[in-house]
Amino acid sequence: MPEKKATLLFVNKEREPLFSKKNRKLLSDPMDDNNPITVQVLGICSALAITVQLKPAVVMSISVMAVMAASNVIISILRNLIPNRIRIIVQLVVVASVVILVDQILRAYAYDVSKELSIFIGLIITNCIVMGRLEAFALGNGVWKSFLDGIGNAAGYGVILILVAFFRELFGSGKLFGFQVIPDAVYEMGYVNNGLMLLSPMALITVGILIWIQRSRNRTLIEKN
Amino acid sequence: MNRDSNAYTFIFATLMVLVVASVLAFTASSLKDLQDSNVRKEKMQNILATIGVETDREQAETLYNKYITGELSLTSSGDLDQEVIAFEINLNNELKKPANEQRFPLYEASVEGEKYYIVPLRGAGLWNAIWGYIALEEDKNTIKGAVFDHVGETAGLGAEITQEWFQNRFLGEKVFDQNGNLVGINVSKTNNDPKDLDKDDHEVDAISGATITGDGVTNMIHERLNHYLPYLKAAEQTVALNQ
Repeated sequence: MPEKKATLLFVNKEREPLFSKKNRKLLSDPMDDNNPITVQVLGICSALAITVQLKPAVVMSISVMAVMAASNVIISILRNLIPNRIRIIVQLVVVASVVILVDQILRAYAYDVSKELSIFIGLIITNCIVMGRLEAFALGNGVWKSFLDGIGNAAGYGVILILVAFFRELFGSGKLFGFQVIPDAVYEMGYVNNGLMLLSPMALITVGILIWIQRSRNRTLIEKN
Repeated sequence: MNRDSNAYTFIFATLMVLVVASVLAFTASSLKDLQDSNVRKEKMQNILATIGVETDREQAETLYNKYITGELSLTSSGDLDQEVIAFEINLNNELKKPANEQRFPLYEASVEGEKYYIVPLRGAGLWNAIWGYIALEEDKNTIKGAVFDHVGETAGLGAEITQEWFQNRFLGEKVFDQNGNLVGINVSKTNNDPKDLDKDDHEVDAISGATITGDGVTNMIHERLNHYLPYLKAAEQTVALNQ
């Protein structure tokens, strides 16, 4: 009897390497083929609101990455304990708590950063991508995979945000990161900043154009019907 | 226990609420002093910025004590209220009271022999509150500097009121017209003065796409300065009498 018990204790589970092909796909898929904004169509609201300038877009992308990594991990750890009927509420509570915790710590130790972030706090909690990935992935997968999925989706989100913000700030105010890029000489020739780029409809059109480019490159993304 | 049973669901929900509430409450209360200190120093930084003294948060308190010569709490009739500490006045709370019960903080500063009056402002932007400070030169008419801040204006649009390029437009503008009436400053789209060369028009260029926030700034300046008229006019009369 004691020998049998000993064998059971030492059975080796086949451990997947940390950065196996499947795990790497979790990081790379959301950047293009499974992009949260252009393919999953999540998080459009902040893609319109935050992309007037590049700097807030970058700050937002980093914040979303931190929140998604933390909440994906927490929900994944708790996934076998959460009752099915209240799972959306639990996800919401976890996300909101993570965001509030981050905000409180920043306000005490990095006050300037928290002032930049204060507008985004509400936007992060309501970002569909965060809850969307918790529901679609973290609830059914292990901790490391959920962590990678969170980082990957946040990176894909960030890429689109930065692309849209790049064009909006460039054509809408002639600047990048607040620094004037279009030389005065061009303005004197009659060039005028495209004020429409500063408003949301153009952001939506820009995202549409990105979707168009993406589907031209990858025909499999086009829906059959 | 069955994960989907009522009993488990209740217990889980209760435990979750307790854990989250304790963690957040603990974090908030242990960090409160640090956060409050940051807010105080930022307030001092903003007040100093209106009189052209730029400083980081470390130096803020020293420089504040050096340049700010007086903190006054005024009533609506221009009298001094000695009981109330001006720096501690929370404009958000004051604005909820009727005008005759409000206390209006006023800061007096002296930089290199020049005297300045700094008026705290607070008003409504598009989404939430906006506030700031405006410094008047000794003539109580010309603006020495202005600083604005907000809670939730749109990034890139209304939020631009915090940027120097917007605040600099107010430098040198006058708040009283030729006849001595308080007109404030109009954040206007019809200013037609993009380089802000005309300092007698009581107007500055608005921000494209931030009309309502700009209107909030206009209203806030006018509404707040109005309350200080009794004190400012009385101070002038005292000067006139003493001459």
